Amino acid sequence: MSILLKVDNVHTHIGQYHILQGVSFEAKAGEVSVLLGRNGAGKTTTLKTIMGLTPATSGQITFNNKSIVKIPTHHIATGGIGYVPEDQGIFGALTVEENIKVAMKKEDDAALARQEYVLELFPDLKKYWKKDGGHLSGGQKQMLSMARAFVNESKLLLIDEPSKGLAPVVIEKVMEAINEMKKQTTIILVEQNFLMASKIGDTYTLIDDGETVQSGLMQELIENEDLKRKYLGIG
Amino acid sequence: MELLINLLINGLATGMLIFLLAAGLTLIFGLMDVLNFAHGGLFAWGAFSGVWLYGVTDSFTLAIIGAILTGVILGFITEKLIITPVYGNHVQQILITLGFMIVLSEMLKVVFGPNQLAAKTPPLLAGSWEIGDVIIIKYRLFIIIIGFIVFGIFQFILKRTKIGLIVRAGVMNKEMVQALGINIKQVFLYVFMTGAGLAALSGILMAPYSGVIYAEMGMEFAILAFIVVVIGGMGSFPGSLLAAILVGLAGSFMAYYVPALSLAVNMMLMAIVLIFRPQGLFTAKG
Repeated sequence: MSILLKVDNVHTHIGQYHILQGVSFEAKAGEVSVLLGRNGAGKTTTLKTIMGLTPATSGQITFNNKSIVKIPTHHIATGGIGYVPEDQGIFGALTVEENIKVAMKKEDDAALARQEYVLELFPDLKKYWKKDGGHLSGGQKQMLSMARAFVNESKLLLIDEPSKGLAPVVIEKVMEAINEMKKQTTIILVEQNFLMASKIGDTYTLIDDGETVQSGLMQELIENEDLKRKYLGIG
Repeated sequence: MELLINLLINGLATGMLIFLLAAGLTLIFGLMDVLNFAHGGLFAWGAFSGVWLYGVTDSFTLAIIGAILTGVILGFITEKLIITPVYGNHVQQILITLGFMIVLSEMLKVVFGPNQLAAKTPPLLAGSWEIGDVIIIKYRLFIIIIGFIVFGIFQFILKRTKIGLIVRAGVMNKEMVQALGINIKQVFLYVFMTGAGLAALSGILMAPYSGVIYAEMGMEFAILAFIVVVIGGMGSFPGSLLAAILVGLAGSFMAYYVPALSLAVNMMLMAIVLIFRPQGLFTAKG
C-alpha cells in the first residue's frame, strides 16, 4: 500500500513550550493508524500540526507526496483531510443540519447523495436534524462531528479521541461507524481506550514526551506486554 | 399619549442609527475578536462623503450609495493595513485603531476643511405629518424604516445563506471553520468591509438627522455603539438591534423627563446588564 501521509521528525512550539520534539510516522492508504500515548504526550498536537492549526516549526509533513507544512489550514482541509477534534468542535447555536451544511463543499446531487449516505451511518442525526448542536448529548455530538468530517469525500480523516467521555454502549456505535468509514478512507486515530484502538487499528505509533517512541503493526503491540505497561500503563 | 409617541419615534430613530453603527461592530467583535475603535472614523467618513456627494449630485440616493462605497473601500484599507498585523492582540488593536481613528478624523479636516458642515434633509423627506397632536417627522420615520430593512436583509443573509452560516459558525469557533476548508481570513475581510459600509450608511443617515457634521462625531457615536454591542451580546445581530433601540429610547425619554441623566443612562444600562448578564442580552456563541 502507498504512503498517504508521512510525518518526519516534526517539532512544534506553542508559545514558549516545545510540545512536539521529533514525531515521525507514516499512514498508509486504506489503513487505520492509531497514535497512542499518555495524557499530554503530544497526540492531539500532532493532529493539529498536520492540520496546520499549530504549525510545525521544523520537520516535514507530506500528504499525497506534497509538503503541507507551510500550507494554511483551509487549503489542507480542501486538499482532502477531514478533522474531528477532541472537543468535537460543534457549532452549538447551529442546528445539526446547519453544522453539516457549513462543512459541505458542494450541494449538488452527488453531494446530497453523500449526505444521505452519511446520515444512514449516523441515524440519530436525522432524528435531531433541526435541533441545535449545543443541545445534543456527548455521543450525538461525537457522531455529528464525525459525520461533518465525512460528508465530503476526504482522502484522510484525523479523529481525536472519539470515545472520550462516552458510555460503553455509545463507544460501540462510534466504533461501528469508524469501521464503516475505514472502508472508504484512510484514518489516523488518537485514542486512549486501548481496547477500542486495538480493535480498529492496523498500525500504531507510540508517542511519549512529544517524541515517537515506536511504530509498528497493531498486532505486535497487542502481544508486547512490556511496551504496553511502560507507555500505556496497561497489561 | 402624543408626547409618548413622539418620544418613542425619536428614540427609535436614534436607536436605528446606533444599530447601523453597532451592527458592523458586533460582527467584527464577535467573529474577528477585534476591538475596532476606528469604526467611528468610518462612520464620520460616511457622513462627510455622503454630504459632499449630495451637494454635488443633489441626489440623496447617490449620496447614500457613495457613502457606503466609501465605507467599504476604507474598510478594505483598514483591515489590510491596520487590523491584519494585530489579530489576536487586544492591546495593540486598541492602540492602533484609536490612532487610526484620529488619523481618519484629521484626514476629514484635510479633505473637507476644519469647520463643521451643514447637512440638509432631502426635500422628499423634509417636514412632518401631523396626526392629531402627534407630529411624525418624516426623516425620522425614514431612518426607522431603513434600519428595519437593513436588519431584515442581514438576518436573511445570516440565517438563510451559506456565507451567513459561515459567519455564524465563525463567531462560535474560528479554528473549526478553517478545519472545514473555509478561508476565514477572507471571511474576516468581507465582514470588516460590510461593517464599515454599515457604519458609513449610519453616518450619512445621521447627517440630516443632526443637521451638522464634524470630524470628531465618530468617536461620540462609536462609544454608544460599543455600549450597544456589550448590552446586546458580542456577535449577536438581533442583540444589537434590541440594545440599540433600548439605548435610543432610554436617551429619548431621559432627555425629556430627567435631562441631567440623559447622558449617564446608557452607561447605567450597560452596568446593569454587565452585573446581571455579563454575556449580554443575546449570545451568538454556541
